[in-house]
Amino acid sequence: MATLSNKEVFLKGIIRENPVFVILLGLCPTLGVTSSAVNGLGMGIATLFVLVMSNVVISSVKNLVPDKVRIPAFIVIIAAFVTVVQLLMAAYTPALNDQLGLFIPLIVVNCIVLGRAEAFASRNTMGASILDGLGMGVGFTLALTLLGTIRELLGSLSVFGYKLTESDGMLVFVLAPGAFITLGFIIAIMSWLKNRKPA
Amino acid sequence: MVLVNPNKANMATIKSTFVNLLVTLTVITLVAGLSLGFVFQWTKEPIAAAQMQKQLQAIEAVVKDYDNNPVMEKFKVATTLGDSLEFFPAKSKGTLIGMAIKSHSSKGYSGDISLMVGFTVNGEIQNVVVIEHKETPGLGSKMSDSKFLNQFLEKNPGDINLRVKKDGGSIDAITGATISSRAFSEAVQKAYETFQLWKNGNPQQ
Repeated sequence: MATLSNKEVFLKGIIRENPVFVILLGLCPTLGVTSSAVNGLGMGIATLFVLVMSNVVISSVKNLVPDKVRIPAFIVIIAAFVTVVQLLMAAYTPALNDQLGLFIPLIVVNCIVLGRAEAFASRNTMGASILDGLGMGVGFTLALTLLGTIRELLGSLSVFGYKLTESDGMLVFVLAPGAFITLGFIIAIMSWLKNRKPA
Repeated sequence: MVLVNPNKANMATIKSTFVNLLVTLTVITLVAGLSLGFVFQWTKEPIAAAQMQKQLQAIEAVVKDYDNNPVMEKFKVATTLGDSLEFFPAKSKGTLIGMAIKSHSSKGYSGDISLMVGFTVNGEIQNVVVIEHKETPGLGSKMSDSKFLNQFLEKNPGDINLRVKKDGGSIDAITGATISSRAFSEAVQKAYETFQLWKNGNPQQ
């Protein structure tokens, strides 16, 4: 039986078990929305909220849900929170809501959210599940923002919406192939750092 | 310290009998449905206000120098295609000086595109604002970038061919987003045609 300190539960989602760069879950929104840094950040925060809230609810009802229906039950809970996020975004951040459009409802099928519900929240206390959700959410947000920043810089020559020059960047980085290329390079660099022999 | 055991089976204490399954799922969906209903009620007004605000801003951006309230005087005009568009007349001292028309196209890459097009009385395009779209972020969403938009400004759709070059028109499509550009042009063209139709039916204006 492994034991982890609270700090480790939180931190593992950011680097060691980063949902995007290490576990490689939730790649659909990762590749889809990260055409700019702001989109990546917005999507990350929306997912963070859903992750934490669904982890809270799932960890508190885990003993009341029979095994056979736990997946449908989790999906209903997750879908409810996603709809809440969508309504809140439409009401208070309409511009971002327009930008992310279709991708917000797709948080429901983001494997990270269901993955954390099944692998962590359904087996741990609420406190630990909140930390896990926060850690994974922050890791996801950082990953998306990093991807978005790189793609925006190379593809549109701008940083967080501020144009550096008037000319066009490399369009391929705004398109889906650019997402794959950027993600591939980041994963390669992270693996290299991890496997590097201590000097 | 937190216990983490990935191998431990799910700890559900409730047995998976038919009745239990039924009750659990019913309760969960009921609670979820009720909370969603509550959030929907709560956000209904802010959402409506945000959309109204957007419409007002869109009108302000596409017609200028008016002193009336175009939203109060809005009316609908039927198009040749069987649907209808909303017209927001911009008036100065009672005379019509421009028209903001909310137009739309269903030929977007992923759903409807809705625009506000501002015309002078002669039918020259003053400005176009995208109200709603579901196009690919970073690609089709570039419809509102000046590089694409400038091709429409101060043009009279009666003089130029409002179609993308691929279709024999004179509009440079957004790179990688021909479908969005096509839908955008179509919506502008539709607004223009309906505006002409309305002008011919109301010569006193």
